[in-house]
Amino acid sequence: MYTSLQSAIAAAESESKPLSQIALEAESRDLGRSIAEIRDALGRALTVMRRAVEQGLVGDLKSASGLVGGDAAKVSASVAGPFAGSPFKDVLARALAVQEVNAAMGVIVAAPTAGGAGVLPAVLTGLAAARGIGDEKLIDALATAGLIGAVVAERASLSGAEGGCQAETGAAAGMAAGAATEMLGGTPRQVGHAVALAQQGTLGLVCDPLGGLVELPCVFRNATGAALALAAVEMALAGVEFAIPADEVIDTMGEIGRTMDVRYRETAGGGLAATPTGRRLARERLVQIKKGG
Amino acid sequence: MVGPSSSHTAGACRLGLLARNLVGGTPERALIELHGSFARTGEGHGTDKAIAGGLMGFRTDDDRIRVALDIAERDGLKFTFEKVKLGEENEVHPNTVRIAVERGDRKHLMLGSSLGAGRVLVSEIDGFPVQVHGNHHTIVLVAEDVKGSIARVAGLLADDGINIATLRVTRKHVGGDAFMVIEVDEAPTEAVRDHIRALPWVRWTHRLDKVSS
Repeated sequence: MYTSLQSAIAAAESESKPLSQIALEAESRDLGRSIAEIRDALGRALTVMRRAVEQGLVGDLKSASGLVGGDAAKVSASVAGPFAGSPFKDVLARALAVQEVNAAMGVIVAAPTAGGAGVLPAVLTGLAAARGIGDEKLIDALATAGLIGAVVAERASLSGAEGGCQAETGAAAGMAAGAATEMLGGTPRQVGHAVALAQQGTLGLVCDPLGGLVELPCVFRNATGAALALAAVEMALAGVEFAIPADEVIDTMGEIGRTMDVRYRETAGGGLAATPTGRRLARERLVQIKKGG
Repeated sequence: MVGPSSSHTAGACRLGLLARNLVGGTPERALIELHGSFARTGEGHGTDKAIAGGLMGFRTDDDRIRVALDIAERDGLKFTFEKVKLGEENEVHPNTVRIAVERGDRKHLMLGSSLGAGRVLVSEIDGFPVQVHGNHHTIVLVAEDVKGSIARVAGLLADDGINIATLRVTRKHVGGDAFMVIEVDEAPTEAVRDHIRALPWVRWTHRLDKVSS
């Protein structure tokens, strides 16, 4: 597997292949499995992602603590906002949907983690639905997302406990932005800029869930993470280039994560979790969970 | 995977799956000691359900995890959970669990951590320091320091149709016990474990099926 996006982009350019193909070939070499088998596995992941989106949009789920649930359906049905009827609003609803399913112990695809699982399916399936893009392209996009995620895991971290939310929804935004950029016809170079543009916007983002539960603000961070990914896709496809290469942005995320105070790394010791309301809600809800609902 | 947390749910399930291997099936009794963040936020994340599910052989995407504790109770399994402090905050990973499993006359102890994004590390089995990530099928063994022991084990695995991916051998001193961690491509059966155990100079061995997807 590649340990830098730059080397993967260089390989894609010199062989005139999309990054997804480079990712599939590398994965095939590493695992000793055929590309067809890997595509099948990605196809199964896509099915699980779609099911989670559909399940979450129904709006009848409640999380373990009862703190989150039902907001995906609210956004989906709303016509009040400036983005009514747009793919942007649809992507937001989908991101909330998957994360609400996750908070209710439903089945999702960790992409790259459970806490950041809403961003990638929301951006990819939302844009594919808007543009009439088929499953083969979506599977390619998932391969590209996997490559990006593997590079982030190698160079920085994919754990809120290690690197804050920038390592979860931030990494997910980078994966989604890069993957969607390729899916919509971007070059490997544009994919790299999309990753950098998305992740620069999440640098320093802390992991501060109420009571330590993957619920609040996680559900909403997935929606805002998806929004950042869409912003990055829009800029990258327009030809915007970010002067700091994606690999260095990812390294920066790792460096910030390593020096981030432990209060901001999934311990519920700081951030929103430590606000008066955050503490009160966590206390009340955790008592509820211990009583068995 | 079943939500809500790749470290607290999926990783926890994988640690349960690994511990299950030590007794060759679903343990009848287990003492599960949760440390750090596993202890503090485990209930809200279903860490207890996920470990119980793993011990019963449920994989991370099995939605029976949600009701794993009920299933364990129905099946008469004695799974006990305790919150403990296994060491200082900066010495022990925040998501660490010690699992004691019993099945028939087999009784073993495993220490493992969930590292994030569903990745796990088993750091100790029966007090022996191991480093098992569960990305490969793995055999761990302690052997007396006899000549040709590596060749014998490798030959035995080859006879059972198993290819070695990586092999790590460490030894504290000349003539001291050799410690082997062997990652293999094919899943070794209980019979393979029995073949290795039958070697007179093997003191201790376990097989652990891979748990990554």
